[in-house]
Amino acid sequence: MTTVYLDHVAANPVDKRVAETMMPYISGNYGNPSALYEQGRIAAQAIDKARQQVASLINAKPEEIIFTSCGTESNNFALHGLAQANIKKGKHIITSAIEHFSIHHPLKTLEKQGFKVTQVPVDGNGIVKLDELKKAITPETILISITHASNEIGTIEPIAEISQIIRQATGDGRQAPCFHVDAVQAAGVIPVDVQTLGIDALSLAADQFYGPKGIAALYLKKGTRILPFLEGGIQEGGKRSGTENVSGIVGMGKAAELAKAEMKERTALLKKLQKKLMDGLKTKVPTFHLTGDAEQRLPNHVSGCVEFIEGESMSMFLDMEGISVSTGSACVSKALKASHVLLAVGVAREMVNGSIVFSFGKDTTEADIDYLLEKFPPIVERLQSMSPLKKG
Amino acid sequence: MPEGYSEKVMDHFRNPHNVGEMKDPDGIGHVGNPVCGDIMEMYIKVKDNVITDAKFKTFGCGAAIATSSMMTDLVKGKTLEEALKVSNRAVVEALEGLPPRKLHCSVLAEDALKGAINDYLLKTTGKGLPDWKPHEESEGH
Ligand code: FES
Repeated sequence: MTTVYLDHVAANPVDKRVAETMMPYISGNYGNPSALYEQGRIAAQAIDKARQQVASLINAKPEEIIFTSCGTESNNFALHGLAQANIKKGKHIITSAIEHFSIHHPLKTLEKQGFKVTQVPVDGNGIVKLDELKKAITPETILISITHASNEIGTIEPIAEISQIIRQATGDGRQAPCFHVDAVQAAGVIPVDVQTLGIDALSLAADQFYGPKGIAALYLKKGTRILPFLEGGIQEGGKRSGTENVSGIVGMGKAAELAKAEMKERTALLKKLQKKLMDGLKTKVPTFHLTGDAEQRLPNHVSGCVEFIEGESMSMFLDMEGISVSTGSACVSKALKASHVLLAVGVAREMVNGSIVFSFGKDTTEADIDYLLEKFPPIVERLQSMSPLKKG
Repeated sequence: MPEGYSEKVMDHFRNPHNVGEMKDPDGIGHVGNPVCGDIMEMYIKVKDNVITDAKFKTFGCGAAIATSSMMTDLVKGKTLEEALKVSNRAVVEALEGLPPRKLHCSVLAEDALKGAINDYLLKTTGKGLPDWKPHEESEGH
């Protein structure tokens, strides 16, 4: 059976070259990088190299990279760690309305601990309202966390402009609030340069750029204070204790190196596929309405809502044709709640459950998109013919 | 993919029975799902107190489609009294189970049927089901 995998925002295959680089550290060298003997040194050197590779992907210094176990850990670490480290300066945190749960949930916890959180709204395309952001900053603000790109609607936020607003808001010599960026969906896919963007902390995960799962990183600008999350050792400069996931780190390093080297060609392909899919949907599924920004958008991402029908049903029928996609429908969410991201961009209540996300990768082909464009329209028609919302 | 749909559920989802609108139905039940916001409509034809035909339309998940399909199957040929006894539990059992998170979809199917019978009784006798209260519909409908 044909399999067309179009859920790259959820997970990605490990690149063969990455897997090969990891192998010696899975079945060969098992030394603890903290140990002083030969095996330990080999592991420590491998980590050093990977740290350079990951740093280079986002134009950081190697010592500014802290390895973690996943994007969720990086986000939790950044929010809790930066909030606690700056508690004496203030207790106000700003975020956007369309963040991932690994941002919103720790912020809820911080609220319970006495911090005040402001959620800045977004416009209809999912772009953070900059004037609202500006207004939200007070002398009490210690931390601002904004996503680089949304996994649900693909919109890329104007990070450089946001960074500038943050610096200008405190032009009186006071230290600007920390700026954290959740770049899990963006890093390794689009160019991310922490220096030109003016970022203090940034989360990235290896899986998004064909590295293994279970390994991620937090970039922390030199001199930025953070309270450790895991304590008990000296790993990662004492900021994140625990014996290193050596093979994972090596894999992330290799994946970062490849992502940097191949970004141009990958992007060219992704953009071509994206245009093909958007054009195809426009003519073949007129009841599909794009969500997110048509231009300022991840190149591997097409998302939308289809009128009168529900996302789980759509994805189940697509699955029967061998096509994997995801949906933001309430019916698949754990809490059976409508997606906060889609509501924040103003998608109508009765349309939210018709959410569908197609996301592709470097190995997706034009034939895959053709196959989707052949199979998807009849599924939509069939479900619409069963829908009480569609009359006539 | 929703975890844990039985083969039976998948069967009814893939090829739902009795789907579509009905010409001149004797009763229509229209309910909105207060949990996730989905919508179901059920239509019945009644002759001599027996449901001779039942059809449905559903805007909802796989479980919602499968339970409406099964519900219409189960009540066809039954008297109204018998049909009213077909609970969402019976539908779930006939489908060989549903994941716990999806039980509310079967409640929707039960409500839609009751709504249709209520509508029929109202039209024919002027009096609906004694304890029938239509559910809160989802916002926007
Ligand atoms: S109809 Fe929404 S979860 Fe079943």
